[in-house]
Amino acid sequence: MQSYLKPATEWELQRTLLDASASNTPVEIVGNGTKRGIGREMQTAAQITTASLTGVRLYEPTELVMSARAGTPLARVESDLASRGQMLAFEPIDIAPLVGGERGAASIGSVFATNLSGSRRISAGAARDHILGIKAISGGGQSFHSGGRVMKNVTGYDLSRALCGSWGTLAVLTEVTFKVLPMAQETATLLLFNIDDAIAVEALAQAMGSPYEVSGAVHIQAPLAARLWHQGLAGERQSITALRIENFSTSIAYRTERLKAVLKAYGEVHVLDHDMSISFWDEMRQLSVLQGSSAPLWRISTAPHAGPKVVAGITRFMDCNAFYDWSGGLIWAEVLPTADAGAADIRRVIASVGGHATLIRGQPAVRSAVEVFQPLEPALAEISRNLKSVFDPAGILNPGRMYAAF
Amino acid sequence: MSMIAMPAPDQAIIARRGSIVRDLERLIGAKAVIGDEDGRRAFETDGLTAYRCKPLAVVLPGTTDEVSRVLAYCHQHKIKVVARGAGTSLCGGALPAEDALVIGVSKMNKVLNIDYANRTARVEAGITNLGISAAVAPKGFFYAPDPSSQLACSLGGNIAMNSGGAHCLKYGVTTNNVLGLKMVLIDGRVVDIGGAHLDQPGFDLLGLIIGSEGQFGIVTEATVRILRSAEGARPMLLGFGSSEAAGRAVSAIIAAGIIPVAIEFMDKPAIHVCEAFAKAGYPLDVEALLIIEVEGSEDEISALLGHIVTLVQPFAPSVIRISESPEQTAAIWKGRKSAFGAIGRISEYYCMDGTIPLGRMPEVLTKISQICSSYGLRVANIFHAGDGNLHPLILYEANDPDQVEKAELCGAEILKLCVAVGGCLTGEHGVGVEKRDLMRVQFSQDELVMQMRIKTIFDPHWLLNPAKVFPLDGREAAAAA
Ligand SMILES: Cc1cc2nc3c(=O)[nH]c(=O)nc-3n(C[C@H](O)[C@H](O)[C@H](O)COP(=O)(O)OP(=O)(O)OC[C@H]3O[C@@H](n4cnc5c(N)ncnc54)[C@H](O)[C@@H]3O)c2cc1C
Repeated sequence: MQSYLKPATEWELQRTLLDASASNTPVEIVGNGTKRGIGREMQTAAQITTASLTGVRLYEPTELVMSARAGTPLARVESDLASRGQMLAFEPIDIAPLVGGERGAASIGSVFATNLSGSRRISAGAARDHILGIKAISGGGQSFHSGGRVMKNVTGYDLSRALCGSWGTLAVLTEVTFKVLPMAQETATLLLFNIDDAIAVEALAQAMGSPYEVSGAVHIQAPLAARLWHQGLAGERQSITALRIENFSTSIAYRTERLKAVLKAYGEVHVLDHDMSISFWDEMRQLSVLQGSSAPLWRISTAPHAGPKVVAGITRFMDCNAFYDWSGGLIWAEVLPTADAGAADIRRVIASVGGHATLIRGQPAVRSAVEVFQPLEPALAEISRNLKSVFDPAGILNPGRMYAAF
Repeated sequence: MSMIAMPAPDQAIIARRGSIVRDLERLIGAKAVIGDEDGRRAFETDGLTAYRCKPLAVVLPGTTDEVSRVLAYCHQHKIKVVARGAGTSLCGGALPAEDALVIGVSKMNKVLNIDYANRTARVEAGITNLGISAAVAPKGFFYAPDPSSQLACSLGGNIAMNSGGAHCLKYGVTTNNVLGLKMVLIDGRVVDIGGAHLDQPGFDLLGLIIGSEGQFGIVTEATVRILRSAEGARPMLLGFGSSEAAGRAVSAIIAAGIIPVAIEFMDKPAIHVCEAFAKAGYPLDVEALLIIEVEGSEDEISALLGHIVTLVQPFAPSVIRISESPEQTAAIWKGRKSAFGAIGRISEYYCMDGTIPLGRMPEVLTKISQICSSYGLRVANIFHAGDGNLHPLILYEANDPDQVEKAELCGAEILKLCVAVGGCLTGEHGVGVEKRDLMRVQFSQDELVMQMRIKTIFDPHWLLNPAKVFPLDGREAAAAA
């Protein structure tokens, strides 16, 4: 493997990209490389890391805003925020351990570049909903900014959001400015055990449709629930359905009772107290129930209520263990290894229900053979390809990582 | 105000009006086409009323397919197009051009599907913002972004402008609440982007399109998030002796971990005008007023408001008034939401829409008042304090051309000030024609070229709302490769 170029300044990064662009040299872009195992296999002559572009540039707790250079460790960002009782409300998941990457080592730039959002996405929005502004160097070597440090900004096109989820294929983020929010004073979790997927997702929808501001809604099938580390739940041999509420302590008891009433038709409701809740949702962030396996893993996004239908459809073709987040709208599906990791069948099921699927964990050979990211409709593929050529005319940034053609 | 130059219209197109109107009538039926002078005049302006221009013609299609046929025709004949919702844009976003066809989506206002289990609604783009909430209110749901113009403005316009509102501090703006779109491209192709799922495959085209001011295509349908309403909500009025004290109170509330649904600030002139109009019981002897609203059960609301009262004590509020009834609540919000209308009754006004970091508010307000008095104009300020969105309303005499010009110069100076303190030119109204020539205050020419090239992807011949957003000079570099 080639060695990484580690520009220490934006200017140096820009020079490097200008050279690479002029000489048509493909480069792999990484933060700390924790998610290198995701995406189509690439061949690049050089690698650039933002690991040396670190530092929190601005933090105004009372304006709910922070700016950090892209290579700043997520852990650093979160500890700074925690010291003022604040957080990234979209609760970025740590996907690295699933794909052989280092736990807890992600950079803040990568969180936005991959739009990684955790369970609270269902109430607070995704990473892309929290981005306020960016500075970046395009694949063509142009330094540019978009957005700013204020909560609302509609000046010019929203390039900040357009770069979220682009996996380093359009530009290299050098600085991100994002909205932060206060941590809740107290958290509680309501649990239901041993109910099947369709009923569980119905229960989650009931809770989400209540006025009690549920901020996490997951359902873990029994085989995956058995992998929990949680001291109160480890070794459970039945499915677990969990709902989170967060608020001032004065509200938690009231909301817990009300929500219990909403859920009572679905079985006995168990409640985790604050500390047990914190460790449970921390585990969800770490995707513990998906660790310790090398089976192909799909991330499927669909309308929440359609989740069980998608999983039932997949199960007709192959063995599948599912973990539902986002009230059923995000499915992590572990399947048995086959030549295409089930891609054809899974995408056929999704085509009839709606949504999209990304192969997160798969052997390199499989990731070279199948479309890792959901193939796009022709008109949208054309727009996306053109967008790529505006930002990266020579096609040097992570070429082929998302799609073969760009 | 007529200082902002518009491109010279294409006389050859104007000369063909008769045949173009006939062609359009053949395409979508005579009833949906307006070609006569009086009919066209009804569309000559939007919320930026100082600018007026009768369009080439107007079409009011009833289906996505009709929009598609019209756009394919315009594309083939290189006719410019201005999309229009309700025409409430305050930046001239929907301002027509003499050689451009206005495509109004107002007839496409149906609710197509409400899906409570998924908490989404699929609606046509011409539906009013409030129409969505009204459709789901019987089941206790609402559509969150709430621009003050919500009774009139369309979802299509909200999407084009990424509109916000008073309650966006907690619930986000349009882009955070739209999951999918159906859009007609300039060549007539129809694309679906996103859907009922919570994120999209590939690049975030949804994020890119929302806020693109009608320059990428015509949105005909959208899937939006609907949310369950809180059990209750109640506002409180806090009066302060200075804007600085009010600003610090806001900081203290947020620092304590409370995110109210809304924190609205008004300065003294704004308070007086709104109170005269709405009789909301606003205190008249304070320099700054905050309207703070919280949500929850009765007990939760009382606890939160009590907590806030304690937190603001160090800033010596001279008035603390918690709404005691739904009628009072309605009056308090009526005062705020009708601020524009209220001020419109005493004078013509020019509504600015900059953003600033909250910490700079007192200093910015002082400078704004200096700028305005240097032009001999009065100003009232309304501020979404929680999210830094400032609306100075510059009062002027519409039939005095000198004042008109001064108001525009004064506004430009204020927006430059916003950018200088770390804010931006527009928080929620958009660039349109109004701020088009100020874009270089915030972006370099290279950055503008990058954005213009993105427009070129969607619209290679620059037919969609072309006179807006980007300064007229320096556009050549963005031409299709
Ligand atoms: C009294 C008053 C109060 C206001 N308060 C607020 C506020 O609180 N917050 C806020 O954000 N704004 C506010 N506005 C501004 C305005 O209401 C918003 O910008 C609104 O979104 C415009 O919607 P519209 O339907 O009137 O769009 P129009 O004015 O008709 O058009 C606005 C822009 O959208 C484009 N467009 C319209 N429909 C489509 C479509 N279907 N496809 C593609 N492009 C389209 C047009 O080309 C134009 O560029 C206010 C305006 C007024 C007059």
